[in-house]
Amino acid sequence: MTIQLVFLARLRERFGVSRESFVLSAQTETVANLLAALRERGGAFAEELAEGRAFRVAVNQDVVELDHPLKVGDEVAIFPPVTGG
Amino acid sequence: MTSVVRVQEADFDLGAEIRALRLGNPRIGAVASFIGCVRDMNEGDSVGLMYLEHYPGMTERQLEKICAEASGRWDIFDTLVIHRVGELKPLDQIVCVVVTSAHRGESFSACEFIMDYLKTRAPFWKRESTPHGERWVDARAKDDAAAERWKQ
Repeated sequence: MTIQLVFLARLRERFGVSRESFVLSAQTETVANLLAALRERGGAFAEELAEGRAFRVAVNQDVVELDHPLKVGDEVAIFPPVTGG
Repeated sequence: MTSVVRVQEADFDLGAEIRALRLGNPRIGAVASFIGCVRDMNEGDSVGLMYLEHYPGMTERQLEKICAEASGRWDIFDTLVIHRVGELKPLDQIVCVVVTSAHRGESFSACEFIMDYLKTRAPFWKRESTPHGERWVDARAKDDAAAERWKQ
């Protein structure tokens, strides 16, 4: 019942972790629910993932909206707006 | 015709890349290219070093999607995108986009489109060192606006 979380760039530094396993539950069926669960950790998670903060979420390497459903085995990446080129 | 995406630490030689694309292909009548380089100033501060991070896998996937979208939209032959990652310094080349076609209009437009979409969709992040320390570069609204105008 797990998914892989990936944090990149500034968010990886703020959270102090680049990758972790996360156990899905009935309360974390969508990206929005997952973000709420991460915010409950407090600290940098609550700060950086607060509503209105600029960050993006990609599920299996495509950027998605907050209502996107999550399923076992998904790779969910959370990162700041991109600045390449 | 080819669509190539490369993410690498090594520098690139645009002249050699263009020669390779054109080799034995007399249908190509136009080649448009763009190179992005590291500047020594940003937001009013001097920049000593720049570090480029990316999200391996998603980067290649998104760049391939952007090039496929350009190929669907314009009558073009080849697309090539090379983006460097790792440590870079002012004067270094960061990225190049090359598009070939029979006539110039399609190459010009597709090259600019690929670059505008790359800036807003490909998962790269820049961290720069300035006299005030290291900082992550913020995304710019101007880049979002540049990508938006292709939707019209």
